[in-house]
Amino acid sequence: MREHKRLTVLCGHYGSGKTNVAVNLAYALKKTNERVTIADLDIVNPYFRTKDSSEDFAARGIDLICSPYANSNVDIPALPPEMYAITDDKSLTVVLDIGGDDRGALALGRLAPQIKAEQNYSMLMVINGYRPLTQDAPSTLEVMREIEQACGIPFTGLVNNSNLGVETTAQHVRDSMVYAREVERMSGIPLVLTTVKEDLCEELKGEIPDLFPLELQAKIGFSC
Amino acid sequence: MSNMADKVLMKGNEAIAEAAILAGCRHYFGYPITPQTEIAAYMAKKMPKIGGCFLQAESEIAAINMVYGVAATGKRVMTSSSSPGIALKSEGLSYLAGADLPAFIVNVQRGGPGLGGIQPSQSDYFQATRAGGHGDFRMIVLAPASVQEMADLTVKGFALADKYRMTAMVLADGTMGQMMEPVSLDFDIEPAPAKPWATVGTKLEREHNIVNSLFLKPEELEKFNFDRYERYKYIEENEAMYEEYLVDDADVVVAAFGIAARVARSAVNEARKQGIKVGMIRPITLWPFPKAPFEKAVKHAKAFVSVELSMGQMIEDVRLATSCKVPVTLCNRAGGMIPSPEQVLEAVKKAANGGAE
Repeated sequence: MREHKRLTVLCGHYGSGKTNVAVNLAYALKKTNERVTIADLDIVNPYFRTKDSSEDFAARGIDLICSPYANSNVDIPALPPEMYAITDDKSLTVVLDIGGDDRGALALGRLAPQIKAEQNYSMLMVINGYRPLTQDAPSTLEVMREIEQACGIPFTGLVNNSNLGVETTAQHVRDSMVYAREVERMSGIPLVLTTVKEDLCEELKGEIPDLFPLELQAKIGFSC
Repeated sequence: MSNMADKVLMKGNEAIAEAAILAGCRHYFGYPITPQTEIAAYMAKKMPKIGGCFLQAESEIAAINMVYGVAATGKRVMTSSSSPGIALKSEGLSYLAGADLPAFIVNVQRGGPGLGGIQPSQSDYFQATRAGGHGDFRMIVLAPASVQEMADLTVKGFALADKYRMTAMVLADGTMGQMMEPVSLDFDIEPAPAKPWATVGTKLEREHNIVNSLFLKPEELEKFNFDRYERYKYIEENEAMYEEYLVDDADVVVAAFGIAARVARSAVNEARKQGIKVGMIRPITLWPFPKAPFEKAVKHAKAFVSVELSMGQMIEDVRLATSCKVPVTLCNRAGGMIPSPEQVLEAVKKAANGGAE
């Protein structure tokens, strides 16, 4: 991370990899910031939450703000009361992991006035061109507009997280750049990061700008 | 990005929805319930764009009766739900069977009984294979073990439902519905067969078609039941699907389907490394249950282990298929928990030692 704002907000299509990117961004930010917090405001998906990495956060000294019901059988769209610290405590560096699509972005609306007033945020759209409903620029732009309307915060950057899970190759990442540049061109929102599994980083270094290695690769399936 | 790769990254639930659309399904009726809601969400987004119909019904019962209505017109139609929601649909499933209507149903199981929880389970095995509703009837039950199979068996399910004029169900679990894997959606879809029985208007060229499950004469109702079971017998003899893994020389054979089979495969690989002769039979159709590989394996196997996310349901079919000739033990977790490869390995070792620890 070359430079960053106090608040990094991650939105995107359902299943685009927001949580995985959020966790890895928090790790990266912790290297240069004293107090890093990851805030899980997902009200859509009760599974695969930042809480999966809670032991790792504790070991690294990263604070987690998360609904007590995440990963439990209580399937309700609850938000934690601690979420007000995100905007109230200006000493925190926060990564906000927002639920998928416009439905997930609704939760962000509660904090939007404070976030916009402070003017110290990045609002990032995580995109994966290998997801069937965001396979091209027009459909991705449609999701972007829906999210902006739901939360009231305009995007400031794109994160190209295009991947095919465990089958991702360097060529898949290369191919996805055409798509990511097209989304950038059509939306006018700059591409700020392209994520890549750590083991592919060496091969793509220098070739793809703003490459961001994913230290932790979330389990998206079973290895067997 | 269709030119970028042959595959896309999908959740199991999304794979079912997209495969259903590719199979020609343009009518989806359902009511949301975790962990299968992505099917409805996907349909809601896509159906209006392709001239299809997505309708969120007022209840599961309403949804299954809408399925009945569309099925009577011969159109490909589906509903999906999770365990308690499927229980609500059971009356409709029986009516579909009684009227010999083809329909496609998805159950992405969660822990039970009752409201239970939202974590994965396989405890609706009895419900799917034995008691889908009242009366004498069967459903074809397909058990996917990967996101790719969620798509493949959806396409297969629509074809089987049409072929035999009956309900085909994909019986998945929360893991299969929620996990993401690369999927190829390159299918050769066979066109649906002609349906001369469909209620689509006589155009004054034929007698009225009647879709009904009420019969005034018991002799007539009895004949329909006997005829239907002739068809079921043919299906049992011709449509059973399964995978055999390292079974040929096995002393111990693990039986597992769906997510349990993926865990069991790891345990089988580890046991083989330790020199234990173990294999796995993975039923892909749960009804008809694949008896043949069990009848073959029982000739050399000393024991079977049924690995299930339930209190032991498929184990009854394993015992029947092996005629109780050798011990069949259960290795299980329940209530939304998943067995670990280590737990399965221990059960395999115990079975290999004739039941001793």
